[in-house]
Parts: sequence; C-alpha cells; structure tokens
Amino acid sequence: MSDSALPRYALAAPQRPWPGVLLAAAAWAAAGAAIRFWPDEAEYTRTLAPIVFGIAVALSLLAAIGPYLPERAAKVRFAAPWAVALAIALTLWEIVTAKTGYLPRPFFVPPQELMGVFIDDWAKLLECVAHSVILLASGYALGSSLGFLTGLALGWSKAVGYWGHPILRLIGPLPATAWLPIAFFMFPSSWSAAVFLIALASGLPVAILTWSGVSAVGGAYYDIARTLGGSPRFLVLKVTIPAAMPSVFVGLFMGLSASFAVLVVAEMMGVKAGLGWYLQWAQGWAAYGNMYAALGVMAVMCSTLVTLLFQVRGRLLAWQKGLLRW
Amino acid sequence: MVNPATTETALPAGMALEIDGIRHAFTLEGRPLPVLDDVSFSVEPGEFVALLGPSGCGKSTLLRLLAGLEPPDHGEARADGVAITAPDPSRVVVFQDPTLFPWRTVRANVALGLEAQGLMKTRAYRIDEALERVGLGAFGNVYPHQLSGGMAQRAALARALVNDPRLLILDEPLGKLDSLTRMSMQSEIVDLWRRDGFTTLLVTHDVEEALFMATRVIVFSERPARITADIAIARDYPRHRSDPYFADLKRRVFGLLGMDATW
Repeated sequence: MSDSALPRYALAAPQRPWPGVLLAAAAWAAAGAAIRFWPDEAEYTRTLAPIVFGIAVALSLLAAIGPYLPERAAKVRFAAPWAVALAIALTLWEIVTAKTGYLPRPFFVPPQELMGVFIDDWAKLLECVAHSVILLASGYALGSSLGFLTGLALGWSKAVGYWGHPILRLIGPLPATAWLPIAFFMFPSSWSAAVFLIALASGLPVAILTWSGVSAVGGAYYDIARTLGGSPRFLVLKVTIPAAMPSVFVGLFMGLSASFAVLVVAEMMGVKAGLGWYLQWAQGWAAYGNMYAALGVMAVMCSTLVTLLFQVRGRLLAWQKGLLRW
Repeated sequence: MVNPATTETALPAGMALEIDGIRHAFTLEGRPLPVLDDVSFSVEPGEFVALLGPSGCGKSTLLRLLAGLEPPDHGEARADGVAITAPDPSRVVVFQDPTLFPWRTVRANVALGLEAQGLMKTRAYRIDEALERVGLGAFGNVYPHQLSGGMAQRAALARALVNDPRLLILDEPLGKLDSLTRMSMQSEIVDLWRRDGFTTLLVTHDVEEALFMATRVIVFSERPARITADIAIARDYPRHRSDPYFADLKRRVFGLLGMDATW
C-alpha cells in the first residue's frame, strides 16, 4: 500500500456522531413528546410540538454530520449542554403552565401562546424594534459624542475644567429620568425629548470617564511626544485620546446601560412607538403573552447592542490584550 | 528664512551646548527646594559627556531643561548659540523608563517623531533602518508589552535615533536593566554615537558606566547640584573594562562622591 492510500482510508472511515449533540436531540424529542401527548389543561394551539420535533431532527442531523465539519464550524458542539438545558427548561415551563395550570393564567403564559404572539404580531414587534433602535441610536450617538468632547475639553483645558467641574458634579448624579416631565414640555415633540433624555443619560458617564481617562494620562507620554516635535494638536490626537480610550469605553458601556433604562421609560411615558410603548400597550389590553414577547425581544436587542460595543472595543483596544483580561 | 536643506549640511552632526549659570528650584510643600546651583559648562560638538552624581541631586532636572521641557529659573542653556526655550526634535531624550506608547506597535512607536514632524511620506524608510540598528528588525509589529526590558529600551533608542538627533540626551537609560544587558547596551550606544557623531549627554549614577562610555565625566555634588569635577577620559574606543586606567579613575571619582572609605 502506498502512503497516499492512508488519508483516503481515514476520510472514508465512518465517524461516530457527536454524543453531546445526540443527547440534546433526545432531550428535544422528549420535550416534543411531552408537549404533544400530555393533554393540555386548556385549549392551546398545536403548532409548538412539530417545531420542537423539528429541532430534535435538526440536532440529530447535526450530530451525524458534525464530525465531518471543518474545525471552525465544529465549535457549535460546545453549545450542546445549553441545548439540553433549554429543552429541559421548555418542558418544565410547559408542565407548570399548559399541562397543570400550576402557574395561573393569564399572568403566566405557556410557550405555545408566546410563540403565537411572534407568529401573529411579528410585523408590529419588528416595527417597534426599528423605532426603538433608531431612537436609541440617535440619542446615544449624540450623547456619547458630546460627552466625549466635553470630557476631553474638561481634562485638557484648565479653564473648562474650572467651570465644568462643579456643573458636572451637580448634574451628574441626577437620574436622567428626573428630567422627563420637563423634557416633554420643553421639546417640540416627544421623540426629540426622548433623544435629549437618552443623550443626557449616555453622555454624562461618557463625559466623566473620558475626563478621568484624560487626567490619568501620564506626563511622561507628553514629554516624549513634545521632545519628538509634537504640536498641541498632535498631543491631543496621538497621545491623549488613545491613552484615554480604555476609560472612555468604560463610560460608553455605562452610558449604553443607562440609555436602555431611559429609552424604555421615555417610550412608556410619551413616545407612541417602540418596545417600551408596546409593553405599555400590551398591559393595557392585559395581553400578557405580548408583554413577555416584547421583554424577550428587548433582551435580545439590548444584548446585541452591548455585544456590538464589545466588538468595537475589541477592535480599537486590541493592544490591551495581554495587558489585562476581559 | 534659511533653507533647512543647506543648514542641515552646514551644521556638524553634533550640537554644541553652553550651560550658563543655571539655577533651578522646585516647589515642595510651598517651599522652594533648590536642585541646581549655578551650573555652568560647555560641550563641544560630538562629545560624549556623562553627568555623574548621587541619586536625586538634580541631574535629571538639568536634562529636562536642556530638552526644553521646562525653562530654568535663572541662567540660560544654549544649543549652537541659540537659547533653548522649547523642545525640538534635534534634541531627543531617552528616559529611564522606555515609555513606549502601549497602544502602538514597536514600528509605530519608532515612527512617532516622523509623524509629529509630518515626515512620514519622505522618511518612512528610516523606521526600519532605526529598528535594524538597535537589533529589533524582526519586532516591528509587536506591541511593547511583549518586549523584554532591554528590547523596550532599544525600541526607545530607535524612536530617538529615527529623528537624526544632533543631541542625544540619555537619562539613566540602562538603570533598570540586568547587568549583562546593561553592559552590552553600553557598548551598543557607544557604537551608535561613534558612527553618527551626535553629541551625547548621559545622566547616570553608575561610575563604571560613565567612565566606560564617555569622553568626559562631570561630577555633581549632593542636591543642590554643583559641579565638583570635570574629568576628561583619555582612552580610545573600543575600551576595555579591565583597563587599569579605569581602576585608578574609579578610585578618584568615588572619592569625589564621598565613597572613598570603601575604596
């Protein structure tokens, strides 16, 4: 036998399916069986069971072809314990709601009802997400850029620091939502008022942390840049800003969390669109399923935005890798 | 306006320095703390002068004044006859800490001076040259935290040399390195200086280092710093540490520093 026959033989050898994913498939199949065959305590849609069985089939297919996947794609198998846990959670949820009614209706909804909300109302939910994201992005972009510039000016210029410090000390601790009643009559529209509030909520932590980052830049960096012929402009752009960036990002993360809170409150109080408004509207109709659906969508939206910011930071602060762990 | 191209060729590679009656004090808890007391000396172009003195005597302050980072309280420092009032890339400092910018790769750190002066388009090739000269040719794309202490200080040296300084100011640049790295870098710096002919000022409290490297050693007193001796080192390069000439000089210099009891 020549050497070249060896890899061909290795390729042709049947691989054992991934055991973890196979277990997950079994768990989903069990969940599907419970949903399908355990009689419901009330009348619910029957579309959930086929979907859960579908997931089980997809998982067993993945378990079979998994060993032949390239190394990068093969990383999905590490999610197998989560897939098992989710199947168990779904089954338990199904039991305490649809099967036994242990958790009372209408405050608690079974999975199939939640799914029904997504099937019936996905267009409106999507529209609300778009509204929320546009509002949040407008306020956050405005607030964080103004906050960054303010913090830079406070840290760089003694005069700005002298006048700005007391103002920031006074206004900084005030929650942005306290401005809500004033904002809604000061601004021409509830949308612009909400942009202002979100900008305020995100801008303050960015300003304070940019400022503290700028003041913490070591004098030795400036000495180096000055002896190498750096102009004041060069010092700001090439020393101050990059050196303060880790602190700026802490402010950006704090500002993002603060802006979520203000977004929801603003949408509940005055803006007639977005997920906050949807929550309020669903409560008005006692449509609890819709409320849970909106909460879920909101969680996905917020965590996606946080993840995006993490990725921006990972790109910009790649040099920190190895200096600290995060 | 003088054409910079012609001045560049007209001037010698090294800078002439005159330090004329400099007094300087810091304010410490509201009271003035004198650090330099009537310091005067001059340096010929291309000289390698070591400033030797006890720790905290004010040598580093003198270097900051010569770099133009601070103005002296009294007196004047002149570079080629012109009073020093601001930093200039012809006078570059290498500090005890390499102070590389952690957010820049080694190459981008070395490029700082060229970027600051807007010379990246015409002189970018000098970056790799400078890295090669300090033995870091293969480390351009590495971040500073991945370098050893000696390598980081070499990178700081490259960052200074890329600007073709006419005065290289070394503020205890080898103070934090292990003794072997220290010795080899002493020779490397001497080689760079001999090749390029810039004037060098080295602040150190290491007597052996001063004697081994410099053409002239100026000894300072305790704070406030006053010049107590100005010794020419009449030995050609390459020098040998075991040379008995250095042993004699060493005894003399330690005596000047008040350490003669142990010698």
